[in-house]
Parts: sequence; structure tokens; C-alpha cells
Amino acid sequence: MSVDLATVRRIAHLARIRVSEEEAPFLQNEINSILSFVEELNAVDVSGVEPMTSVLPMTMKKREDVVTDGEIVEKVLANAPAREDGFFVVPKVIE
Amino acid sequence: MSDLTRLTLAQAREGLAAKKFSAVELSQAFIAAMARAKSLNAFIVETPEKALEQAKASDERLARGEARPLEGIPLGIKDLYATEGVQTTAASHILEGFVPQYESTVTANLWRDGATMLGKLNLDEFAMGSSNETSYFGPVISPWRRSGSDAKLVPGGSSGGSAAAVAARLCLGATATDTGGSIRQPAAFTGTVGIKPTYGRCSRFGIVAFASSLDQAGPIAQNVRDTAILLRSMAGHDPKDTTSVDAPVPDYERAIGASVKGKVIGIPKEYRLDGLSAEIGALWDQGVAWLRAAGAEIREISLPHTKHALPAYYIVAPAEASSNLARYDGVRYGLRKTGKDIVDLYELTRAEGFGKEVRRRIMIGTYVLSAGYYDAYYLRAQKIRSLIKRDFDLAYEAGVDAILTPATPSAAFALGEKGSSDPVEMYLNDVFTVTVNMAGLPGLVVPGGLSAEGLPLGLQLIGRPFEEETIFSLGQVIEEAAPKIGLPESWWG
Repeated sequence: MSVDLATVRRIAHLARIRVSEEEAPFLQNEINSILSFVEELNAVDVSGVEPMTSVLPMTMKKREDVVTDGEIVEKVLANAPAREDGFFVVPKVIE
Repeated sequence: MSDLTRLTLAQAREGLAAKKFSAVELSQAFIAAMARAKSLNAFIVETPEKALEQAKASDERLARGEARPLEGIPLGIKDLYATEGVQTTAASHILEGFVPQYESTVTANLWRDGATMLGKLNLDEFAMGSSNETSYFGPVISPWRRSGSDAKLVPGGSSGGSAAAVAARLCLGATATDTGGSIRQPAAFTGTVGIKPTYGRCSRFGIVAFASSLDQAGPIAQNVRDTAILLRSMAGHDPKDTTSVDAPVPDYERAIGASVKGKVIGIPKEYRLDGLSAEIGALWDQGVAWLRAAGAEIREISLPHTKHALPAYYIVAPAEASSNLARYDGVRYGLRKTGKDIVDLYELTRAEGFGKEVRRRIMIGTYVLSAGYYDAYYLRAQKIRSLIKRDFDLAYEAGVDAILTPATPSAAFALGEKGSSDPVEMYLNDVFTVTVNMAGLPGLVVPGGLSAEGLPLGLQLIGRPFEEETIFSLGQVIEEAAPKIGLPESWWG
């Protein structure tokens, strides 16, 4: 399988990465190079094989459903690029 | 006083205990060495004040006879580990200026045991690379050079700063991480020792995530013993990481010097790749001979799915990366580019904040997880991963104790030499290491000799899950038998 330029732009949007007009053809080549590298996997017989979910045979640990990290607003916001009244600030989402 | 930076970690520990020098003197020696080695670009941030403050506290403890296992030992920390109050960037522009409000569990364990921090070590951006050329803060230059040449060589990646700093004697040991070979390949390139422990052995809490099902923390140090000492402190159960294993941590150092008589060593025929260089083939044969001479039994084994590991890795790792790196959106921390709306803000921030290799991997990951392609790519790769793991399980069930392979397909290369036109060329560097991550196994790399050009070459030992002790014992045998290659002499100042 190989990707066309429209697909490159669609993936870029899904990935939330702006791709310029000049950059798109290079990315297309690189992505296709990687996709052709992984092409050989299509020839492997995987019928009846379970996909791996964990390399170790261990059951998922769960913790009590309780708040464990509350009351640290200052720490949470310490690296915020923009903040106001204990909240992160972003451009208007709903008009 | 002789040059304290020439000590091994174990020797420094003895010297401190015997009061031959103080922890402050030891830290000062490394701080001076770091100041002379700026041209290697091994550190992103240096923290000499912190090291001295910690060393002072260590000296007080040493005086009271209350030394902890790593009391006063100066370490470098890969800048993928969150360190409270000290900038942590993952070598990315998008995290420039980020100061964590928490400490990674592995580094917390090291400080608990008395180690001191010299600074944060350079790496490939988000640990994506095999040469340390993708760092936003510039490439790390290897302290090694080819004989008769001053061409700048790569230290390997992604833990290139860690390996270079140990090889250039800028610290007594360093933390590193390994997703596809990022501890073992740079260790091989720099004549140092590195171990990727079993998945789950070390906590991943507070380590910037790349591919969560593959990432594992481990140390790089000058020799097998030092590496074993560091791993003991780094490892252990952590309730903050649900994949960390609740099992006691052995005293790995005690495995050093243990007999390997009767141990069965598997030699996988599939690793004898077409076009394997004669030099690497000869090194591998030599490794076999050393282990046989020490009383180990050598057995040819088959790991038939080996050749699929690298392509499957380049589906699984980018898929997990695309998901993990979704958190870098310019809202909660890191770089922010202003946009006309929220989507614009995300897209501009991520385009500027991520380097080329990271953008490419996120896009590949997004593609293989997208509707219509998930089954064909991601699900299939996870099935192939099960097959790769099964190969190892069968070998171990048949009585193999450990597996010996080369570490890398070649010695270190020069900056700009690989991967500029085709990313796959660079990816092939991890061909011997990546299966180990796919199967979650422990892997140790030990120097085995020098290339014709005078550069270090490494051998890799792959162990059974949680049997790091076996590969430490075997690694020690190789270290003893191999010609002493030493560490490079300073040309960098």
C-alpha cells in the first residue's frame, strides 16, 4: 500500500501537525518508504495467533477509585503557557 | 591525588568508604571534567550546584557511618527522566523550559540510595533515533575516533548522551532508556556496558513515554559490575506504574563472578544475516569461544520470526508514540504557538515543536491506527509480536539459559552518514536489539573488541525474563576474556 498527497494531508490533520505544501511530497516519499519496508509482514501467516496485549503474563493491577492527587492546582498549572484563576486558557472553542 | 574521574563506580564507592577522598572532591572532579567537555554536547543541562549540595550531605552521612548503596556517586540522568525542579525536555523544542513538579521513580530510587546528579543528558528527540542526531539541542559527539581520523562520530542513540558521558568519564554511570535498542546500541558504539532489564523490572513512572509496551529504563556504566550496582538501585516495584512487577530485586552485584559452567547458550542462526560483516561475524565467533572456554554449553537455536521484528517494531512503536505524544498540545505545558482557533493552535504548536523524525513517526503511527488500516497494520504487527515472543519461549523451554548475538551490524558511523535520504537505512541499526523489546526480555551489551578502524564493538546477551543475574554472570566472563579496550583518551579538552 502507498499513500497519495491527499492522504498525507489527511493524516497530518488527524495527527494535528501542520504540513506545508512544500513539505508534503517529502513526507509522502518517506512514509511510502516505511510502508514498503513493512510490506513483507503481509506474507506472514498469522491465522490463529492472538495479538500481544502484554509481554508478561500478569493481570492488570487496579487501585481504589479514590482521588489521590487533588489539591495541587499550583503544581498542575506550574508549566502552563497561559493560565487564569486556576484554569488553563485556550482560544475560544464554542462561539 | 590521582584523577578521580578515572575510577570505576565500584572503586569510587570503596574510596569513599575508606575516606581516601570526599564525595565533594569526587563531584568536583566530574564537574571540572564536564566543563572541559562542552564540545561533546553530552549534557543539555548541567546541575553542578545540586551535585555539590547532594555530595555535602553524602559526606555527612559517610562521616556518621550511614552510607547508602550509592552514597556520593555522581551520575548523569538521561533527559527523558522527570527530575523535580530541573528542566526536562526529552531533547524536544516542545518541552523546552518544562520544569517537572515531580520526580521519576527511577531517579527517586537513585537519590534514596545516595547518588548525586551532575545534570541531564542529551538524547535523540523523544528517544527516537539511533545516532543522537535528532536532538533539538544538537548531536552528541562520541569521544571515540577512528584511528588516524578526526571525523566526528555518533555515540549511537537514543541514549547517546548517557553513553558518551560514561565513555568520556564525565560521570560514573548514567540512566538510559531502551525502546528498540536505545541503551544497548550506544553502549556498543562507545565501549561501555548497558542493560535493558526485563519489561516491568523498572518503573516507567516519570519517564517521558515513547512506546509504552516497549520502553524500559536501565543503566549504562563502564563495566558489568558498575551496571549491576546501578540496576539494583533503579529497579523495583512501583504502584504508580501498573506494568511494574511486584517482585523482590536481587543483589545483582553478587552474580558477578558466579560460575557459568553448564549454562546453555543459544546461538540463533537467523541472526547470521545476509551481508553480515566479516568483522562482526568474527567477534560473535570469538564470544562463543570465550563462553565455551568458561564451561558453557553452546547450542544452535532457531528464532524463525526474527526477520519480522524490525518491520513490526516500525508499526507498533510509532502507533504507541502517536498516542503518547498527543499530550503535547500547547495547552498544559511546553511550547505554544498562537492560532486562530484551538485546532490551529494544536497544529502550529506541534508542527514547530516536534522535529522531523518525531513528526514522521507520529504520522506513521496515526496512519496505521486510522480507520481501515488498524487491522492490516497494527493488529497484524501485534500478532507477529506474539510469534516473536513464542520463538524465545520455545528456546528457553528447551533449556537455553541465555542467547548470544552481536549488538550492532557495524561500529559507530560518522555524523550525517546514515539515514539522510531514506529513514529505513537508520532503522536497520537496531536489527539485533529490537526483538528483545518486542518480547520484553532482558538484554546486556558488553564490549567484545575493536573494529579494524579502532572502534568498539559489542556483544549482546539475551536472558530469560527476570534472570538478569544470569546475563550479568555471562557478561562478566566476556568482559574478563575480551581484550581490554579501555576508554578513549581526551582530545576534547
